[in-house]
Amino acid sequence: MKTESHQDSLEQKGECAQCPNRTHAAEAEHDGKGRRRFLNYLLGTGFGATLIAIFYPIIRFITPPMIIEATQNSVTAGKINELAVNSGKIFKFGNKPGILIRSASGELKAFSAVCTHLDCIVQYEPEKKQISCACHNGQYNLSGQNIGGPPPRPLEEFVVNTRGEEIIVSKA
Amino acid sequence: MNAETVRLWLDDRIGIGSIAAVARKKEIPVHRHSIWYYFGGMTLFLFSVQVGTGILLLLYYRPSAETAFESVQFIVTEVKFGWLIRSVHSWSANLMIATLFIHMFSVFFMKAYRRPREMTWVSGVLLLFLAVGFGFSGYLLPWNKLAFFATKVGTEIAGVIPLVGRPMLRFLRGGEDVTGATLTRFFGFHVAVLPAITTAIIGAHLMLVQMHGMSVPPGVDNEKVKRMKFIPNFLLRDLIGWVLAIGALAALAALFPWELGEKADAFASAPAGIRPEWYFLFMFQTLKFIPAKILFFDGEVVGILAFGLGGLMLFILPFLDKPDKPRRKTVITVIGVIVVIYIVVLTIIGYLG
Repeated sequence: MKTESHQDSLEQKGECAQCPNRTHAAEAEHDGKGRRRFLNYLLGTGFGATLIAIFYPIIRFITPPMIIEATQNSVTAGKINELAVNSGKIFKFGNKPGILIRSASGELKAFSAVCTHLDCIVQYEPEKKQISCACHNGQYNLSGQNIGGPPPRPLEEFVVNTRGEEIIVSKA
Repeated sequence: MNAETVRLWLDDRIGIGSIAAVARKKEIPVHRHSIWYYFGGMTLFLFSVQVGTGILLLLYYRPSAETAFESVQFIVTEVKFGWLIRSVHSWSANLMIATLFIHMFSVFFMKAYRRPREMTWVSGVLLLFLAVGFGFSGYLLPWNKLAFFATKVGTEIAGVIPLVGRPMLRFLRGGEDVTGATLTRFFGFHVAVLPAITTAIIGAHLMLVQMHGMSVPPGVDNEKVKRMKFIPNFLLRDLIGWVLAIGALAALAALFPWELGEKADAFASAPAGIRPEWYFLFMFQTLKFIPAKILFFDGEVVGILAFGLGGLMLFILPFLDKPDKPRRKTVITVIGVIVVIYIVVLTIIGYLG
């Protein structure tokens, strides 16, 4: 009985009857652990690398490519006779909207039409003689300064020149 | 071959007997707050209406900046009952958000998120975020002016978040601006990404509800409370609600058909009186009121981060409320009441303003 239980405990420790040499068994156990660790490491890195190989292209794919637009420095925004006094119009400046205003005194002004608050497109209000944004009630004066509502910055101002009838707007 | 043979055959192969046994075991506590138990099921029903009508709309909808508006116009003018399907889809979406809010606040005030239902709450808040995502992405699909500006503002809001904002904005928009690329993406989110995630989380949510049974609110004695069988008693009551919902949807669609508006134009001023869907109104109104600068920060950044923090608090609510700390319970209830009042008041101001 005693021998049997001793045998049991030996087996539990991994020191089997077939390999009575304890140092040898310990070495084998150590080797086994080392090999297992090595295999786990190999599997782990392999698995990790596979995941990276799968997800890296996916992440790059869902990020839209940068499209480099030919930078436009000036544009024909309209014709003077088409723009009434005390009115404004939206024009295309590259792929962004701009706003061209002919003030009550006849002066021509042009700004970026993108509200500095949250990207909406502003409009000219003839009654108040100011620029406003319908989204969150942002207000700008005719120098583009933010004078009311939530916009944090003034509108970007453009330079306006006329060439005959044509109104040319260019970046400062 | 009679029904019993079929049942036995199926039971042998897929174990329908055990599923039926689980369903039969489910009971609903009957007390003065029982009415709130209907809103989860109602939300699920309206979601299934969304799936059904959504699939129908897919048969005609064409997701591109050149064709989207025209295809919705075609659906509501040419396709037989197209107006009905589209309006039911829009109305059901709105009612679903409403019942989802009611469901969430009833769980909140009845403290049903407490141990062991923390993960049921967490999955429910995820479903709320997904529903809002559905609303936001679906709103753009008709490609009208209102939708265009709502999407510009909404994605710009994501863009002002420090660090991750800009990449996130580009990911959402499919570029720097709201264009046809955005529409294609939103369509993908709306009909593939969100439905897949939502279906999985609804499955988990329902499994958890089934696992823990219905929660009994703190004021009601859990031992003495009367109980009703889920099948058939409660389910039949649910059904009455769903039939009423179908009636309400049909009536709303017929009397107040959903407008299509004007086609989006990237080079036109934002139309006067623009505002988002009602469930975003309180945030929209807050952004209107917030000053341009708070200390050294842009006002809108502070506002948006505050809403983000609010969302996070909602998400981790069960881990903030400790039943052994009664003072905290009161504070949470008071905050809940203040939030409800804030949402209601700002929504009303948003409507009048």
